[in-house]
Amino acid sequence: MAAKASLSLLRTQAFRIVLVYVLLFAFSTAALLAFTYWNTRRTLDAQTDQIIEAEIIGLSDVWQHLGLKGLAETVRERSQQSGQGLYLLSDGLRHIIAGNLDTWPRTVATPGNFVEFDYERLVDGKPESRRARGRMFALPGDFVLLVAQDVHERYLTTRMFTTTLPWTVGLILLLGLMGGALMSRNMLRRLDSINRTSGEIIAGDLTRRVPLAGSGDEFDTLAENLNRMLDRIERLMKGLREVTDSVAHDLRTPLNRLRNRLEEMASRFIAAGRDAGEVERAIAEADKLIGTFNALLLIAETDAGTTRAGMTTLDLGSVAADVVELYEPVAEERHISLVMVPPPPISIEANRSLIAQALVNLVDNAIKYTPEGGRVTIAIAHGAAGIDMTVADSGPGIPAEDRVRAVERFVRLEASRNSPGTGLGLSLVAAVAHFHNAELLLEDNVPHGLKAVLRFPHGALRTTPVKNAAE
Amino acid sequence: MRILVIEDDLEAQRYLVQGLKESGHVVDEAADGETGLSLALSRPYDVAIVDRMLPRKDGLGVVAEMREHGNQTPVLFLSALSEVDDRVKGLKAGGDDYLTKPYAFVELLARIDALMRRRMPAGVRTRLDVGDLELDLLTRAAKRSGTEIELQPREFRLLEYLMRHAGQVVTRTMLLESVWEYHFDPQTNVIDVHISRLRAKIDKGFEVPLLHTVRGAGYMIRAH
Repeated sequence: MAAKASLSLLRTQAFRIVLVYVLLFAFSTAALLAFTYWNTRRTLDAQTDQIIEAEIIGLSDVWQHLGLKGLAETVRERSQQSGQGLYLLSDGLRHIIAGNLDTWPRTVATPGNFVEFDYERLVDGKPESRRARGRMFALPGDFVLLVAQDVHERYLTTRMFTTTLPWTVGLILLLGLMGGALMSRNMLRRLDSINRTSGEIIAGDLTRRVPLAGSGDEFDTLAENLNRMLDRIERLMKGLREVTDSVAHDLRTPLNRLRNRLEEMASRFIAAGRDAGEVERAIAEADKLIGTFNALLLIAETDAGTTRAGMTTLDLGSVAADVVELYEPVAEERHISLVMVPPPPISIEANRSLIAQALVNLVDNAIKYTPEGGRVTIAIAHGAAGIDMTVADSGPGIPAEDRVRAVERFVRLEASRNSPGTGLGLSLVAAVAHFHNAELLLEDNVPHGLKAVLRFPHGALRTTPVKNAAE
Repeated sequence: MRILVIEDDLEAQRYLVQGLKESGHVVDEAADGETGLSLALSRPYDVAIVDRMLPRKDGLGVVAEMREHGNQTPVLFLSALSEVDDRVKGLKAGGDDYLTKPYAFVELLARIDALMRRRMPAGVRTRLDVGDLELDLLTRAAKRSGTEIELQPREFRLLEYLMRHAGQVVTRTMLLESVWEYHFDPQTNVIDVHISRLRAKIDKGFEVPLLHTVRGAGYMIRAH
């Protein structure tokens, strides 16, 4: 749970921005410290090197004027003085002639450049390893002179830079990330409330609004804009409902009167012993008209998705089993085998009535267009692209170029002109698919026939509630 | 039977009242919600037919108030509104059945018959009989003249519904609604095929058929 929360925190834009800035800041701090270190050390080293250079010049003079003995004497003399100066004079075999270093430092091998080395010295009676910087100087006759300065203090100071640097950077990163996490969590909380509300609205509760924090910040502005948009959508949806309701009412009322009068007429004919056949055919026509109107209205309403009432957790297998059971006798009568592939338990968030009606339309179509001895198969599967509810038949199928048109309202393809139907069956299936954020796919069945697939998004998936033992 | 009709479309009201009277019912009528409600509360009715949209008091409001006053008269809603969740609203408000306009009069008649029948104290019945056909609701067994009849679960429910309404017309939509719980009509007449299957099981080989087709209306099971 905590791991998941921190993972989502890492994915927030705020955290990413903070991360970039913290890294940038840590890098520049490190660079600044490194430059200061480098510059301080360079300046101090230059000072030391100047002193050594001056001493070397002085000692060269002594060598030139007083020879080896005089030099050894001077070195000995200077070695006695307390201070930073370190000296070592030796012959070609590195036998020490004079100086205040006990041994020739290992790191100093050749004359020339300034080098740093460690040496041991008694401090308060205890031997201590200290840092020195010096230069080896070759004298004629294979004699060498090492002139150095104790730079232990400088060494300690500069070493502080190298030890503080990682700590400083580490601390910047730590504090920065903590601050970033805090900031993003706050932002995430605000966004979460917006996301939660929009989720509920998508699920159909149009009365929900995004709560304002009252701080008047950009989040509040966003929330206000969203709410204003929602007000508008709600108003439009309500308007749409009112329109469908009044269209329904204004058309159904006269249709009702028409049907009533026709029925009345028929019963009067029958009572008078006259043939009511014509009137009954008129009633049948009126019923067809009513049927088409009802189907259109249902499609319009479903397509608009104005209502989320009736959404439940629905086991697709049981819906399909009911439809198979309803159509099985019809299929048998027409010598068509209607089979359902045993479905896995898949439950989705859906409207039972609409799903059943869509499936009934698909199965009805499949049976209608499959010749005797054919086969209609219903399958439900959890695929990579979504949850598929498939009705496949062994009929003539729909040519690929007609498939888009087949779903349009009132379109009856040439091949089906002579069979009964309103031409609204597939349109309703498409509307039901739309209502559930699903897709209606018409494909070729192998080896022939039509395969109609209702593909629900994975997001519609619901876990089946555990059934009571009493049920 | 006493029936209350609350309908504001006077043309439709006249037709309804006349049809019901011809069918042998006693009918009172009201053209608005307020009048309808006071009638419903002042006299006993066996069934009330209430239009969904009424002046002065909406149909839903009328029924909700009837129920608040403890009035349990069965109510059939008539609605010209679009159906999707209006049915649910109607049943939630206390309606017992729901019919969308335009409707066939036989459909309405069959439904109010069923509503009135439901009102009669039937007690807990464990057995249904029609002639020599018997249905044991506990063992889920069907027998005709003592011979066991094999029924699929849905066939059993179908027969049970028909037998509970023995002597009454039962329409195809009523069967779809109560046996299959579908509130829509499939294009193909699937119910007819189910009925003929059932008929083959219970009537075949017997001299007296029990399951009858009522032309233009639906089906009826009766002993003679």
